[in-house]
Amino acid sequence: MTTQMFGAPIRRKEDPRLVSGGGRYLDDLGHDALAAAFVRSPHAHARIVEVDAGDAVDVEGVVGIYVHEDLPGRIGEPLPLLIPHPTLTHGRTGYALARDEVNHVGEPVVMVVATDRYVAEDACQRIRVTYEQLPPVVGIDAAREGALLVHDDVPGNIAAHMLQEVGDVESALAASPHTLTLELDIERSACTPMEGRGVYARWDDERRELRLWSSTQTSTGVRAAVAAKLDLPLAKVECIAPDVGGGFGVKIVHPWPEEVLVPWAARLLGRPVKFTEDRREHFISAAHERGQLQTVTVGFDDDGRLLALDVKFWHDNGAYTPYGIIVPIITSTQLLGPYKPGAYRCEFWSLYTNTVLVTPYRGAGRPQGCFAMERAMDAIADELGIDRTEVRSRNFILPSQMPYDHGLLFQDGRPLKYDSGDFPASLAKIKALVGWDDFAAYRVEAEAEGRRVGLGIGCYVEGTGVGPYEGGHIQIETSGRVNVSTGLTSQGQGHETVFAQIVAEELGVRLEDVHVTTGDTRKMAYAVGTFASRAAVMSGSAIALAARNVRAKALRIAADALEVSPQDLEIVEGTVRVKGAPATSMSLGTVSVLSNPLRYAFDEAAQAATQFAGTFDPDKPPVAEDDEPGLEGRDFYSPTQATFANGMHAAIVETDPVTAEIRILRYCVVHDCGTMINPMIVEGQVHGGVAQGVGGALYERMAYDESGQLLNASFMDFLVPYASEVPTIETDHLETPSPLNPLGIKGAGEAGCIPVSAVIASAIEDAEGFPISRMPISPNDLWELRRQHAAGEIPSLHRATRSAARDAGTTEATEAKETTA
Amino acid sequence: MKPAPFVHHAPRTVGEAAAVLAQVGHDGKVLAGGQSLVPILNMRLASPAHLVDINGVEGLDGIDVSDEAVRVGALARHAALARSEDAYAALPLLRQATLNVAHPAIRNRGTTVGSIAHADPAGEMPAVLALCDGVVEAVSARGRREIGWQDFFAGPLETTLQADELAVAVRFGRFPTGTRTAFRESARRHGDYALAGVGVMVTVADGVVTAARASFVSVTDVPSVLDLGPVLAGTEASSESWGAAVDSAAAAVRDHVQPESDIHATSDYRRMLVGELTRRVLVESVTAAEGDRR
Ligand SMILES: Cc1cc2nc3c(=O)[nH]c(=O)nc-3n(C[C@H](O)[C@H](O)[C@H](O)COP(=O)(O)OP(=O)(O)OC[C@H]3O[C@@H](n4cnc5c(N)ncnc54)[C@H](O)[C@@H]3O)c2cc1C
Repeated sequence: MTTQMFGAPIRRKEDPRLVSGGGRYLDDLGHDALAAAFVRSPHAHARIVEVDAGDAVDVEGVVGIYVHEDLPGRIGEPLPLLIPHPTLTHGRTGYALARDEVNHVGEPVVMVVATDRYVAEDACQRIRVTYEQLPPVVGIDAAREGALLVHDDVPGNIAAHMLQEVGDVESALAASPHTLTLELDIERSACTPMEGRGVYARWDDERRELRLWSSTQTSTGVRAAVAAKLDLPLAKVECIAPDVGGGFGVKIVHPWPEEVLVPWAARLLGRPVKFTEDRREHFISAAHERGQLQTVTVGFDDDGRLLALDVKFWHDNGAYTPYGIIVPIITSTQLLGPYKPGAYRCEFWSLYTNTVLVTPYRGAGRPQGCFAMERAMDAIADELGIDRTEVRSRNFILPSQMPYDHGLLFQDGRPLKYDSGDFPASLAKIKALVGWDDFAAYRVEAEAEGRRVGLGIGCYVEGTGVGPYEGGHIQIETSGRVNVSTGLTSQGQGHETVFAQIVAEELGVRLEDVHVTTGDTRKMAYAVGTFASRAAVMSGSAIALAARNVRAKALRIAADALEVSPQDLEIVEGTVRVKGAPATSMSLGTVSVLSNPLRYAFDEAAQAATQFAGTFDPDKPPVAEDDEPGLEGRDFYSPTQATFANGMHAAIVETDPVTAEIRILRYCVVHDCGTMINPMIVEGQVHGGVAQGVGGALYERMAYDESGQLLNASFMDFLVPYASEVPTIETDHLETPSPLNPLGIKGAGEAGCIPVSAVIASAIEDAEGFPISRMPISPNDLWELRRQHAAGEIPSLHRATRSAARDAGTTEATEAKETTA
Repeated sequence: MKPAPFVHHAPRTVGEAAAVLAQVGHDGKVLAGGQSLVPILNMRLASPAHLVDINGVEGLDGIDVSDEAVRVGALARHAALARSEDAYAALPLLRQATLNVAHPAIRNRGTTVGSIAHADPAGEMPAVLALCDGVVEAVSARGRREIGWQDFFAGPLETTLQADELAVAVRFGRFPTGTRTAFRESARRHGDYALAGVGVMVTVADGVVTAARASFVSVTDVPSVLDLGPVLAGTEASSESWGAAVDSAAAAVRDHVQPESDIHATSDYRRMLVGELTRRVLVESVTAAEGDRR
């Protein structure tokens, strides 16, 4: 091996193409296609009385106008509930076009197909829909109250009620020397990928075949769902994910109404049809996440060790539950982070509201869970007057206790069992990186300058790489070109690069000879999708296994041809050669020629092969009985459980003493995703995640008014942080390999955003001296909290009163005893 | 998010533009940098039947400095104004404020005159025009007229410019010798429309303040200038009493403004904010670098 591939921070193969305009996103395809546009509900909750399209039919260029009544068979039935769960007793899904009732602003009611999107929108504007308004349920409080219902047949608006308990929480709490209860609140945010959703379909009437492209995180899922809806054999449907401009979770949901309607219209009209979502549509018709109210009760001993953890939370799932209750399940399990909770009980209610549906967004329920746990850790530290990192470390699961089984079921229905991790080492690293122990001195200096600063920390564990499986297929051409395919899709993560690194390393070929295709059902029909930080773990492992198969085959063929034993061979830069005698060699391209004996010698590679032709045994068939032609191989990876990555973040913030503006001065990340395939890409993933985390902590919220109108459905008012709002991110890594997969890797995709709200809350609280229980927080919010604090409506942290007492000469120890007695 | 159909007109001269505007009247809209108008069209918040695109009109992109004023033509982009050394030398406030207008990409297309014609209470340049006691020059088929800023702004997003009129330039008046200016705003994100902003001019003679005025962004529905003379005049700029005077000025500002609440901030917060920003710009204005003192 001349250059190390696996583990090297090499530049991304796809970037020259993507940053120079060479990307082909959904809207770059199908210039001859008709365009679909939708009339969407302007009301949060209403009955559809009448649709009058009279004025629209005459618009020049309109090809078709459709309402629910026009949808035949399964297309008119409710969309599938993708992930059923026994506790999801009242799962509800919408229709591709609303039938009788609308349950959120933005729900599609009429589809217009026209020559282009301009005309389609002109027509939409002329369609008059008469609604009878119903009272909307907006916000968790209203949903929980249950006085008004989203769905008439769902009492209390409760889609699911779930309880998991390990140990006896009631008695553990009763026996705890200290208890604390926190009321917490996390608002909604959303994925908001740069490219919205989009789907484009072509129907081949002669072959009765459908080919569709979707800006999706699962092309196999879309294919199967559309085939089912359109009643087509799977063999007659192909789905391709082209370049996708970000997903972050929202594009794992499928089929979206548009993904059913566009192919249906293409078949009906016999013409290609395309839908490209615009930004407003994305805000009101795709999906949001995060919104929860939480009540966290902790019981702990004098040292701050958890004895009992009792969590109740209310999760806003929006109008429908097509993606089941994955998000709250993840919250309820991943909340535990790196800690041993003592007895643990978690009970949640997943509630309907007349708002856009809630499905996983990067982090997928973990940021909320992490917020609950980390707020509790800080509260315990404050209550006892112990350093916040010390309290955490006293509760850590230790490396010697791995694998650690929490006795709970994770989101994949399998045990929540941590495979590896070294939390004390991570903590030591983050403390060193942020300068934890020097902060007190820094604060004194800052205060002398009239500045207010705070230090915060947050720790998390993230179950990544959930099953059921992914596959990898590798085929080497006679030119030596290595074609790799896997079925899950890419949304910009750098899969072309990391998968190529794996193959280059495993096969001994040059990176530039490896060509990766993802998300194309023509190339790989068996796949699940890209979510849960699973691509590297699942497809990476499958591709490594496939590469090992191909390598074995290449060595076997070359060994035959070179008349040596396979053990004596190595593959270096695409050439199979005898160890210690590199002149005895042949290229993998030549091996590929030999692997396919029915071919003619039509090019140079083939000519080179003819000199070895004599090695074939004339008594044996050209392709051995237990063999297949071609230098290719495939394999699947299907683990028994998820692998658990972890990380710790710390930040220093400054809050303006007058205006309450909040500035992140430093942001530090220690991250452990096992063995890294490409540290630069891991860092990029962490940076992107932190940026979205900063959005969730300081800027982004969904401003619904009481009538269910989303007031900030644009990038002008929904504040995604710009580069100028994202701090410089300082990173350090720990590599604790996973014992579960062949490469020792764990997922890294979502990590960056998980603890950010917890960390920023921790830091602001530290700066201000009163508890922060609600995120995101704006300068206006903080200013308001200061006013409430000054008015005695919010208590001070003990730390604040303690340091005041210390200034007055009281010792900290006595004070601590008094406040916790 | 596609606009309704419209007819695109591309006049080459001011005369042609005025002629088209006279013809299309209220059915028409001038298109300058498009940074405000195009989103409005795309969201179908307005559907004018005619767009009079002035980007091809000759001779409108000038930035000219005279003894009395800086004259900015209708096609001078925010970026050009921010870069102009002559304009900066004559009136530093222009650069101080313009750099707070959105982001570079938007400043490269958006025009200063367009900003003023758009009359957004959250726009910086209307406030600056007011502070500089500026004038809008308008041309129509009926002739030419000048409109003082006080008569120009009629309400949020509303001016007294007639449908057939083209604003060909604005003139920002220069300040007397010894005047220092400063501009500050606070936005949720860098480059966003401000939650509150303030520009000040302070004239100092022999170390004593002789005149001071402030003008505001996002906290008044039309540009509004507050004369701070009564609280600041006569104060020695670097004396002990300056601090107290500045506090009174901030209080006067809080009394003067009438901010509205929206999803980004409450009226109370904006009132506090603009007071504090005023305090900070006043302190900054008297300690400004020599180059910023005019
Ligand atoms: C993301 C974003 C952020 C922004 N942030 C800010 C900000 O922070 N502060 C700020 O001030 N602005 C901001 N803007 C707006 C920007 O400054 C615009 O350039 C400005 O408001 C309008 O100038 P324009 O040349 O683009 O005008 P256009 O968009 O072309 O026109 C705006 C309006 O003015 C009229 N008009 C334009 N020129 C003339 C004329 N010569 N005569 C008569 N009528 C005319 C048009 O008919 C239209 O009604 C932002 C814009 C964007 C897209």
